[in-house]
Amino acid sequence: MIAVATDPMVPQPFRIHKTKPENADTFTFELAPVNGAKRSAFQPGQFNMLYVYGVGEVAISISGDPANPNTLVHTTRAVGTVTKRMKKLKGGAVLGVRGPFGTYWPLKEAEGNDILIVTGGIGLAPLRPALYYVLANRTQYGRVVLLYGARTPGDILYRRELESWRGKLDLEVHVTVDRATGTWRGNVGVVTSLINRAPFDPENTVALVCGPEVMMQFTMQELEKKGVPADHVFLSMERNMKCALGFCGHCQWGPKFVCRDGPVFRYDLVEDLLTRRGI
Amino acid sequence: MQNIDQILADHPFMKGLDAFHIAQLAEMASTATFSASQYIFRSGDFADRCYLLRQGHVAVEIFDARRGPIIVETIGEPNVIGWSWLVEPYNWCFDARAVELTRAVVLDAAQLRNACENDHRFGFEILKRFTQVFAQRLHAARFQLLDVYGANG
Repeated sequence: MIAVATDPMVPQPFRIHKTKPENADTFTFELAPVNGAKRSAFQPGQFNMLYVYGVGEVAISISGDPANPNTLVHTTRAVGTVTKRMKKLKGGAVLGVRGPFGTYWPLKEAEGNDILIVTGGIGLAPLRPALYYVLANRTQYGRVVLLYGARTPGDILYRRELESWRGKLDLEVHVTVDRATGTWRGNVGVVTSLINRAPFDPENTVALVCGPEVMMQFTMQELEKKGVPADHVFLSMERNMKCALGFCGHCQWGPKFVCRDGPVFRYDLVEDLLTRRGI
Repeated sequence: MQNIDQILADHPFMKGLDAFHIAQLAEMASTATFSASQYIFRSGDFADRCYLLRQGHVAVEIFDARRGPIIVETIGEPNVIGWSWLVEPYNWCFDARAVELTRAVVLDAAQLRNACENDHRFGFEILKRFTQVFAQRLHAARFQLLDVYGANG
């Protein structure tokens, strides 16, 4: 029985005890183990495989607080068969969970530097644990800047939390949307346009980037122009992950397996892959 | 209080221009303040000015009869707004509205065009700076068109 419980291929039952719609197609839920067992800790940036019984399994980043690993928090966008079914699940429903898997944001190594987070859309979800960690260890870092882009004001994720973070004196938060009507008083434009006005010391900055690949490519160009060294930039990749252990090859990205070698990569090690066509 | 020569010399858009040309620009410059929601210019009006933002944010808008004003982009200091003064027939293509209290240096467009015509070296320098702005905004507009956070993003 012990061997089964620790087998990374066997999902463990977790019950949904809270769900929250974030916007029209994105939702957050909190899970707790059915048997009440303690969870192993996760690192910001890692993901779990979530199994909707009878439908299928998907890789979803963990978006909760790493200081509280017993409550698993996941934010998901309903775009495929599994996540659309997941969105319909109510409190009390049981999911299978495997994980945590993958590499993570190098927050310990980044101590002493400014932290620049550039993210867009649902890319904020895998970075939220990093923000929790940085804020809990705030004295270890220089300036901390969050730049976030969304499609419209209605698509902004974790809106209340962003507003609360913006109110902090030791965290700079800038939000922009791609389109808005005249009632919106915030920024309109692409997230990369915020990089120029963000206060950080390029040579002593660690940048954490997550979002659609095109957004990350444009972000890399802007960070390079600003003089942030490529080995100080980390990005989180997304591919079709199945086994999550580097066995099946579904998430192969050139010579890398995103599930095992990623999802968090140091940019200088994957720079040529990010712009290579067809992989 | 800074004089207008100093304000122009300190503005990132004019960085590196020599003192002679800064003085020349100062002769055609004034300062302006716009309160929140005040329109700086409107689409179709004659583009007789160029604005260098010193403080605040400006929304560049298109008015749609059904949806009302649609914000295309917001521009903050220390950027420039408006290049229709450079392109015939010199009519603004968009509305520009101050989102918050906004301060700008205003350059007289006719005088600036004349100065560029009369001194091609200066004119090319100004054109290079505006071309950077065109390129950045075209790049951003194409990026926005990709709708990367949409269903196919």
